[in-house]
Amino acid sequence: MTTEVLDFKPTQKILDKFEGKKGSLIPILQNIQEEYGFLPEGILNQVSVKTGIPMSQMFGVATFYAQFRLKPRGKYTIRVCHGTACHVGGAAQLSEAIEHELGIKDKETSEDKLFTLEVVACLGCCSLAPVMMVGEETYGRCSPDKATKILRKIKKEEGQ
Amino acid sequence: MQKVIVGYGSCGIAAGAKEVHDILDEELKALNNGYKLDVTSCMGMCYREPMVEVTDGTKRFVYGDVNKKVAKQIIEDHVKSGQVVEKNLVISTESQTEDQKFIDAQTRLVLKNCGQINPERIEDYLATGGYESAKKALAMTTEELRDLVLKSNIRGRGGAGFPTGLKWNFAAASKADQKYFICNADEGDPGAFMDRSVLEGDPHAVLEGMLIGSYAIGATEGYIYCRAEYPLAIKRLKIAIKQAEEKNLLGDNILGTGFSLHIKIKEGAGAFVCGEETALMASIEGYRGMPRMRPPFPAVSGLWAKPTNINNVETLAAIPRIIEMGAEKYAAMGHEKSGGTKVFAVTGKVKRSGLVEVPMGITLKELIFDIAGGIQDDKEFKAVQLGGPTGGCLTYDLLDTPVDYESLMKTGAVVGSGGLVVADTSTCMVDMARFFLSFAQNESCGKCTPCRIGTKRMLEILNAITEGRGTEEHIEELKSIGAQVKQSSLCALGGTAPNPVLTTIRYFEDEYLAHIKDKRCPAGVCRDLITIYINKDLCPGCEICKKECPQEAIVGERKSPHEIDQEKCIQCKICLGSCPFNAIYAE
Repeated sequence: MTTEVLDFKPTQKILDKFEGKKGSLIPILQNIQEEYGFLPEGILNQVSVKTGIPMSQMFGVATFYAQFRLKPRGKYTIRVCHGTACHVGGAAQLSEAIEHELGIKDKETSEDKLFTLEVVACLGCCSLAPVMMVGEETYGRCSPDKATKILRKIKKEEGQ
Repeated sequence: MQKVIVGYGSCGIAAGAKEVHDILDEELKALNNGYKLDVTSCMGMCYREPMVEVTDGTKRFVYGDVNKKVAKQIIEDHVKSGQVVEKNLVISTESQTEDQKFIDAQTRLVLKNCGQINPERIEDYLATGGYESAKKALAMTTEELRDLVLKSNIRGRGGAGFPTGLKWNFAAASKADQKYFICNADEGDPGAFMDRSVLEGDPHAVLEGMLIGSYAIGATEGYIYCRAEYPLAIKRLKIAIKQAEEKNLLGDNILGTGFSLHIKIKEGAGAFVCGEETALMASIEGYRGMPRMRPPFPAVSGLWAKPTNINNVETLAAIPRIIEMGAEKYAAMGHEKSGGTKVFAVTGKVKRSGLVEVPMGITLKELIFDIAGGIQDDKEFKAVQLGGPTGGCLTYDLLDTPVDYESLMKTGAVVGSGGLVVADTSTCMVDMARFFLSFAQNESCGKCTPCRIGTKRMLEILNAITEGRGTEEHIEELKSIGAQVKQSSLCALGGTAPNPVLTTIRYFEDEYLAHIKDKRCPAGVCRDLITIYINKDLCPGCEICKKECPQEAIVGERKSPHEIDQEKCIQCKICLGSCPFNAIYAE
């Protein structure tokens, strides 16, 4: 659990936006994660009090969907596709190269807080297997070598 | 109109279309000779991305494998001086190319506009006759409309293959104060991206289909449930909805007919099971995406307990085309009980991978060897995996099977979403089965025991087999548990998860036995059953593999053949991939 005290004002804005709208729990959580980078427990507690949605339900939803993070993420989220075509195209080697380069495994964040690694099921760019996303950028035909170069370039740009 | 058009779909961008776009922008502005820059989405020829088209309004030239250098050449040679850059030409209106076969073999109905229009301009869609079908539909009675769709024999393209006309009839028959129409854009099957292409390339076709369908059943509120992993599709859908509303094609009193429809977008949050219709509805309602018992069917009691109809993206995009061409023509295009065309995503070890739209009933052989050009590097075909991770694997002698719902079911495979992954002899079928099962196991929602525990047990067995701890009893156990999981799971995830395992056991049993009895992986894939060797005759001692090895397991001086220390080697194959002399192999 984070001990940092977070500003609730952005969350209030989100709750106001979805006021009275049916079935808004998932979009609310998505917006909160967009704002803070993850779902802080303290924020969720206050959302539960304000909306009347039980904490158990919110936790149930937050832990069911792969998108939600209950821990802070790195600046860049690396998504490695492990779909069928990518698997056949060498996704395992790509993942390993990234893990080796950054010293982290799936769902972990690097010590310098730059990268979080996520293995995903399919990014839908199957003809360009293997595929890796870093933030919003998609890299197709991504060999382990290419991936390492991309990550080293980012590290350099970030002064690491 | 003189244009240079960049293919700006997710796969084009993944291949480097952004840099190409920026260079072309710069160069065209500097040239200033009347050619304008525009964007389109992908044509489905993914194996040639990034793609750029040069047209003068009548003649069209489509280039592939365009990088910054080629982009500059296109401007310099073609746009400036009218000289075609032959080595990058993919297709054109002026000549016959090898790649032309990929397009000529297709019947592009659903993909009609993909790669041909700017998807963020409604004017482009209207110019192709867009929304004319909706106007025709709104002038019919709902009975006439539903009859037409029934006659066309179109079946749900999401995988279940249920007759769409029949589904609409059920929803129409329900009486309620509110009905909902949902577009299932959750495309979760790894290996499937046809829905993504349609959403990115022709979003208005989907909206038009929803408009027609909503009118047919009496729904006034629509939802598009789109997976969050498709941000470009979501962006283009939002633009399209706004544009349609501005032109009174959506919203209140559409075109003065008195019919109203408001469409909202709901983003998925990363759960494959939410492609299942009852889980999808639970997700929209803000709950964990867990399926429920049916009956009651969504047509009777669905979203917030109101009558709801759910259709797949491809099905909806076909509806305006069906009205355009007529139901009989569409039905005649197909095969027996399956009308019309199907979009297949052909990927894996083929020469030409991408999206192929063909009439139902084409054989797998034609799809793989004619249209997709056969196996890469002329290697040997081993198997084709059909219908996503919950479909089946088929062998060469089954390739004369026509692709339609009934014919495929007899082989143990399914049409499913239309994903087709081709494997060559470097693929291990046991590993492939394990891969699919691990995907299904991971995505299992956990609600019903057969799926939750059954898939886990099956995965444990497959792990044992691929790690050299398999026994012959394991094969019988897999068949037995698999049958039980299929029969008693609550939804189609559990109902189909055993398919890859059962079909690979059916058609590749000797490969399983090699893993179990001989502790050997014939394809050289399963880490615990292979050894990596350096061929001393081919190794010049360049030290690349030595530097790349994460375990520092390679020894050898510069300019003399290297050797792998088998004690340290973890069979990760990074060395194999990095060797420029193909001197490393697995056995």
